[in-house]
Amino acid sequence: MDMNQYLNMFIDESNDHLQSLNEKMLQLESSPTDLGIVQVIFRSAHTLKGMAATMGFEDLASLTHQMENVLDLVRNNKLAMQEFIFDTFFKGLDALESMVQNITEGGDGKADVSSIVASLQSIVRGDFQKSGTDAVTEAVTPKKAADSESAGLVLDQFQYSVLEQSISEGHRVHYIQVTISSESQLKAARAFMVFNTLENSGEIVKAYPSVQDIEQEKFEQNFSLYYITQKEVGELEKEIAGISEIESVSVVQLDQESLKQMSEVKAGLAESAAVQEAPVAVQQQSAASQPQSPTAASGAKPADGKAQVAKPAAPTHNRTIRVDIERLDVLMNLFSELLIDRVRLEQLASEASNPALTETVEHMSRVSSDLQNVVLKLRMVPVDTVFNRFPRMVRDLAKSLDKKLDLVITGADTEMDRTVIDEIGDPLVHLLRNSVDHGIEPVATRIAAGKPETGTVHLRAFHSGNNVFIEIEDDGSGINREKVLKSAISKGIMTEEQAAAMSDEEAHQVLFAPGFSTAEVISDVSGRGVGLDVVKSKITSLGGNVTIHSVLGKGTNFSVQLPLTLSIIAAMMIQIGSEKYAIPLSSIVETAIVKRTQIRSVHGNKMIAFRESHIPLISLSQLFEVPDFNEDEEEETEVVVIRKGDRLAALSVQDFLGQSEIVLKNLGKYLPNIQGISGATILGDGQVALIIDPNVFIK
Amino acid sequence: MGEEIKVIVFKLGEEEYGVEVEKVQSIERMVPITRVPRTYDFVKGVFNMRGVVIPVIDLRGRFGLSEAEYTDQTRIIIVAVGEMQVGFIVDSANDVIDLNTDNIETPPEVVGGVKAKYLRGVAKIGEERLLIMLNLSEVLNRSEMNQLEGLED
Repeated sequence: MDMNQYLNMFIDESNDHLQSLNEKMLQLESSPTDLGIVQVIFRSAHTLKGMAATMGFEDLASLTHQMENVLDLVRNNKLAMQEFIFDTFFKGLDALESMVQNITEGGDGKADVSSIVASLQSIVRGDFQKSGTDAVTEAVTPKKAADSESAGLVLDQFQYSVLEQSISEGHRVHYIQVTISSESQLKAARAFMVFNTLENSGEIVKAYPSVQDIEQEKFEQNFSLYYITQKEVGELEKEIAGISEIESVSVVQLDQESLKQMSEVKAGLAESAAVQEAPVAVQQQSAASQPQSPTAASGAKPADGKAQVAKPAAPTHNRTIRVDIERLDVLMNLFSELLIDRVRLEQLASEASNPALTETVEHMSRVSSDLQNVVLKLRMVPVDTVFNRFPRMVRDLAKSLDKKLDLVITGADTEMDRTVIDEIGDPLVHLLRNSVDHGIEPVATRIAAGKPETGTVHLRAFHSGNNVFIEIEDDGSGINREKVLKSAISKGIMTEEQAAAMSDEEAHQVLFAPGFSTAEVISDVSGRGVGLDVVKSKITSLGGNVTIHSVLGKGTNFSVQLPLTLSIIAAMMIQIGSEKYAIPLSSIVETAIVKRTQIRSVHGNKMIAFRESHIPLISLSQLFEVPDFNEDEEEETEVVVIRKGDRLAALSVQDFLGQSEIVLKNLGKYLPNIQGISGATILGDGQVALIIDPNVFIK
Repeated sequence: MGEEIKVIVFKLGEEEYGVEVEKVQSIERMVPITRVPRTYDFVKGVFNMRGVVIPVIDLRGRFGLSEAEYTDQTRIIIVAVGEMQVGFIVDSANDVIDLNTDNIETPPEVVGGVKAKYLRGVAKIGEERLLIMLNLSEVLNRSEMNQLEGLED
């Protein structure tokens, strides 16, 4: 069967599952006893495992399988979730993610996950607890040489039940420890002889080190094993001791009780060593036991397991289809062509003044507006798709910085255009990092400041007019104006005089200056050479804006304002001389006509009275050096009052042409960023009109 | 042995210039161009080429030659370098020729007033014709222009 056609589906679904696993793990972390969540995680992991196995991604499948084993214990109340398990799981999820990423990039999804597998196995065996955190850390970074003298072996559930059953069926179960003479040149061969001898009259259930390791001489002098046979202890001892170069052999017959004790006591000693010494060995061990363990898992509770697996498939199969974003882009482009023609048709119809034509065109206009809504909605995605990776990121950040904090997300269902969503992720990551790293103080500082030791970062999204706002607010230390300005001066961004004259708000904006960073110590998180200036320019390039509001000691609020969509906007068309421009409706407060006599001059700047205050009047024709228009010759001036935040300004123009839906186009890579121009659009007559970016007119 | 390349030939004044045919997307007649304020002098503006907004530069202006009136012969050659699409206004464009790269010689220091760095070389065609091959990426190089013009991005 050709798997390629399923590959995309596999990748999409795997990503979905990984995402949900990440989310649910975070949920579980905050309420570790909620078995309902464990069930959901288990199902997700199980589905993922199944898919990976079907597609032949063995490493992926086996890692998920190990995770599943742990989850199985948890959901059956045999194991309580705790920090080490969470950490291991998150590492596992990261590994899975990079495997899927690798597959996405055309790789085979192979990865060395032995240390994670080892940790997971140690969790299943339960020895990570007994050996304490030391062993746990060691499990992740195996360095210390293990004292394998006392190392025994630990049984997994399946092996344990096999042995238990054998005893109850009247077989003898022995725990055998063999030490080979240190003189021996052929340890592996001797060991092989022992195994051979034993296998003649019984079955070896488990050996430590694993059979593979023993074959490769990856052991010191001794090894141990569980053995089921009919033979007596003495008989066995004699047989093994008969093999040359065997220094000592001890055989202990186990009954139910001692078996139980063995598997528990040995757990702590043995596997911590095993894990420390050779994580690879452990992985191989698992490979050796693999043919058995799946049977164990499914054999144990077949009915249970299936019922649980069958269910989860349902919610993922909701009535949606996945559409390649490129196809939507094509649809969008075609639609914009249609929109241009529509405007042209409207013009022609009004000129022709034929009632039938006018009616048809009007109908077409209505249909195309509806169509436009549909097309735009198709491209709308909840910001959730960006937000969902943040809880995990913030958790890891907080951990690595040793801070305590809660991330509170609201408005994750707020929808935005896909093109904006795709671009906004990185800037938000930066802002969040900034909040966690620079904003939220270390626990000790917080307590000293009389704040709760756990900091809070709010991540909010909401609609407002034609914009989406995303706010990141922390209750951290706030921005220290003096520090910021001092740093800015020392970096040559501004002079002391400039700094002194700045309002707090302006001082905060300095954070966005290129090359600026307040981090005194370059931490793991900040100091990657990318500053907030990049964030600012990214957001600006999306037609958005970012502002900072901060109170020293209380916290900081970054507010990102973004357009709903980047493709089609409502705009006011204006004319200056022979040139036409579009001003986005979203920034227009109102239009007005002022007499020249109403224009005052304040400090050399033109101002007009507007709603009981004076606002600056900016001449577009002068600013853009329009060759064939001079407003000074006019009696009255048409003005467009624009707004940025709570500030207003008026742009003087020659004529209003009316409102129109315009399709945004960029000016191409060649042209530099032109102040005051955010792009271009194509008019009904095929001409290009420039789109004015009102934001730059209000400083 | 050099390879055979196809070259679009266009004229600026009396000089003949060439660009590789694969860099040329299309050749358009003069169209209405929307002026873009506050940019380089030689940027004539932008125009709509079948739904795509493309900046147009006057190649004479770019090379510091005196600008000429646009005529029936005036053409806009749309070239693409990397992700950049730019239209060049030229006096005329009406020839495509085959050229062996062996015939391209390194440019002399000064050719028709155009800076040598914009040139890839000079090709001799037949006895009389000299074809100036353009180095498009240099012509479209903005960082160097910013220095030249004292403009800021």
